[in-house]
Amino acid sequence: MSSTPDTHETATFTGAALALGDDALILSHRLGEWAGSAPVLEEEVALANIALDLLGQARILLSLVGDEDELAYLREERSFRNVQLAEQPNGDFAHTIARQLYFSTYQHLLYGRLASGDGPFAGLAAKAVKEVAYHRDHAEHWTLRLGDGTTESHERMQRACDALWRYTGELFQPVEGLDVDHAAMESAWLASMTDILGKATLTVPSGPRTGAWAAGAGRQGLHTESFGRMIAEMQHLHRSHPGATW
Amino acid sequence: MVTMTALEEELSRIAGAVLDPELPVLTLAELGVLRGVQVTGPGRVEVSLTPTYTGCPAVEAMSSDIERALHEHGVPDVSVVTVLAPAWSTDDISEEGRRKLAEFGVAPPRPQGPAGGPVPLTLAIRCPHCGSTDTELLSRFSSTACKALRRCTACREPFDHFKEL
Repeated sequence: MSSTPDTHETATFTGAALALGDDALILSHRLGEWAGSAPVLEEEVALANIALDLLGQARILLSLVGDEDELAYLREERSFRNVQLAEQPNGDFAHTIARQLYFSTYQHLLYGRLASGDGPFAGLAAKAVKEVAYHRDHAEHWTLRLGDGTTESHERMQRACDALWRYTGELFQPVEGLDVDHAAMESAWLASMTDILGKATLTVPSGPRTGAWAAGAGRQGLHTESFGRMIAEMQHLHRSHPGATW
Repeated sequence: MVTMTALEEELSRIAGAVLDPELPVLTLAELGVLRGVQVTGPGRVEVSLTPTYTGCPAVEAMSSDIERALHEHGVPDVSVVTVLAPAWSTDDISEEGRRKLAEFGVAPPRPQGPAGGPVPLTLAIRCPHCGSTDTELLSRFSSTACKALRRCTACREPFDHFKEL
């Protein structure tokens, strides 16, 4: 058996699939938490539909490298490879929209690049990029409405954008196994944020996105405080009743 | 190009005639999600299906409906595999499918043409009830991920629009 290169290749592929799959799974679960408490019925449905798209991506990605249920429900906190942005609590509606704006713009750029390559994720990316375009569109429209809305909605949206800004540097840390130019992607993302936040009469946050004060070690398995509680809830049923089905 | 045998064509017609579980006026063939039917051995058939949306929960119902239809036709061993590439597009819905959608009360998706080709004119979305083109968007996501919720400003009826994908 030829060993080292193949083993390394497998580990790289697994790491990349988990990074993408966990981002989708964890954000999907967060969005699902809105079910029953969204501000209006249309948003209830919209957030649940976005969550469903993400869950579909997660199922495909996790199934590439193992049993989807085992990976979702039986891993410990430190084994998850999602970015910390994805796990941030929903907060108020503005926080959820800011998280959606930051994440869906990133994911759209990433999937667009993966789709045009010939790597192992090209097929999924080509499919998902069209769905994510609707997620981004949804987030942009709400950013405009809240930012350029009432004094209170403007303040809340600005607060949310500021609070989550420090988690956005991590999105562009290179992931081994994803053959994309992360620096070019980051420039495109920043240009997009400058454009949309400007149109929404919001200020592009000035806090640090990289360096000592920035957050972001989710890809290495280090997560923020609320993440443990979130996966405890997510995994509870499966762990209490192993193998349960509907 | 793989040529189908007469048997495969017949089985393909049977699988393609299965109705979509969410939009039961449309067959899977009209929806454009059936990618292939292959006889892999005596009494053994593999059907390739592509999802409309990555997370579409209807895929499981479609798979078991296809299995049932082929079992009833005397094929004992049916497996349905999901394929992602090339990605499904609303352009894969047939003309007949579009007509049936409108009749069912769902505004059909507008044609998009091949990616990178000439930009098509943006056509107005027509109310499936009264035919007016004077309609407004209420929500980008409706009863399922593939639909948006709109309202007709002429007859005031809300309706679903199958979003372009």
